[in-house]
Amino acid sequence: MAATGLFLCIFLLGHLAGNLQLFMTDEAGKLQFNEYAKFMTTFPAVKILSYLTYFSIVFHAIDGLLLTLKNRKARPVGYAYSRPDKNSSFPARNMAILGSLMLVFIVLHMSNFWVKMHWGELNVDIWLDANGNRDLHSVVMHSFKQLWYVIVYALCMVAIGFHLWHGFQSGFQSLGLNHPRYTPIVEKTGYAFAVIVPALFGIIPVYIYFFG
Amino acid sequence: MCQFENGAFQKKESSNFDFSISKFSNYQIFKLVTMNLKLKIWRQKGPKDNGKMVDYPISGISPDMSFLEMMDVLNDQLVEKGDLPVAFDHDCREGICGSCSMYINGEPHGPGRGITTCQLHMRSFTDGDTIHIEPWRAAAFPVIKDLVTDRSAFDRIIQAGGFISVNSGSPVDANAIPIDKHDSDRAFDAATCIGCGACVAACKNASAMLFTSAKVSHLSLLPQGQVEARDRVLAMINQMDEEGFGNCTNTGACEVECPKGISIENIARMNRQYLGAAISYSPPKATGGGD
Repeated sequence: MAATGLFLCIFLLGHLAGNLQLFMTDEAGKLQFNEYAKFMTTFPAVKILSYLTYFSIVFHAIDGLLLTLKNRKARPVGYAYSRPDKNSSFPARNMAILGSLMLVFIVLHMSNFWVKMHWGELNVDIWLDANGNRDLHSVVMHSFKQLWYVIVYALCMVAIGFHLWHGFQSGFQSLGLNHPRYTPIVEKTGYAFAVIVPALFGIIPVYIYFFG
Repeated sequence: MCQFENGAFQKKESSNFDFSISKFSNYQIFKLVTMNLKLKIWRQKGPKDNGKMVDYPISGISPDMSFLEMMDVLNDQLVEKGDLPVAFDHDCREGICGSCSMYINGEPHGPGRGITTCQLHMRSFTDGDTIHIEPWRAAAFPVIKDLVTDRSAFDRIIQAGGFISVNSGSPVDANAIPIDKHDSDRAFDAATCIGCGACVAACKNASAMLFTSAKVSHLSLLPQGQVEARDRVLAMINQMDEEGFGNCTNTGACEVECPKGISIENIARMNRQYLGAAISYSPPKATGGGD
């Protein structure tokens, strides 16, 4: 869980770097983004990384599910009255639910963009841009002009934020990487990561909806 | 400190509390403050009984009583009425033995930090409160009766590797083995674990990682514990899993509720040692000479 989770944190940074190009909504930005999308789906090194990412997502989800089921079995009879809020944080107690939400989001997200980019029909009039690349930029602009999708996207970013709030430093702890000097830095970095990265992801569709 | 003087009840920052009768002689009224409470207690006749929460109103409880004294008062009243007293574990009543396992108002050992149930005082509650009292809940801690659970799973984890093998002989000179002061402090901190099970009770996964890691750490931090460190961590974690405890998801609830303040840095240390031992080490089998 820890190793795949921390790898997926690195993936998020890479994904975000690509997404930030979507702030360029003009024609030049469109051509650049589509060129980038082509590079990301064809360059061999990126392909290797992408398979590693698919594996991490699947492993993280299945391992998380199995661990959750095992952990439930460890307490077959629950407490009649319990106050877990007195000793632990909301994200820490709800990683499985937050993770499940993210899985639903990933399926929706990939069916919208990833499948269409790789094999599907693009739901815009012209499939290719002026450079002859598949026009993913227009697909994104089209999707983020739909209010329901922007709202779902933004809410899922909140879920990811909560998941990362606990998950980032928890990954280090599970790997045994705990040190009096560095653990406070890891914790603060994790909290900053959990706020900044999902916030930047979430601002993009809102920006496109209003200004794109 | 408090002091009565000239008809006035005053608070004084003084450690010289004068108990002489003359100080109190002018006082006619001593109001004894007592509390009326509504207890909701888990009653279960035996391991196979389903059990249920039962209401017990109780009155005349002094705020100065410990929680276990309040339970004693309740049991006296139950016995007088011809009912069976509530079974609960207790022994030293001074926070050392770790027996008094009660999940009080949604927390192991009740409200307050760094205390066991016997160190919890009734002044932590207010008149009219409802107090929920349940046993530890974990598959590995089956309920024997009422609030008493079988915590022998912890004993078996310790038996699996929570020891050092030292052939007896003449005593070793003190300080013959140099030990870093910080290591000895950390080892001692881990060794203060009293095995009460509050960590398991608090954990949403009923995980015993804090307990096991404390037992692993207090030995592996010291030179004497190094020899068997890899065998120990593998064997103890294996036994912990076999007992049916859950996995650690690092919520930190165990650390908050631990009456001895055992840190989850011990869990990280155990994870580190386990990863190292699991990847690089396979226990050798004796082929001759050994058993």
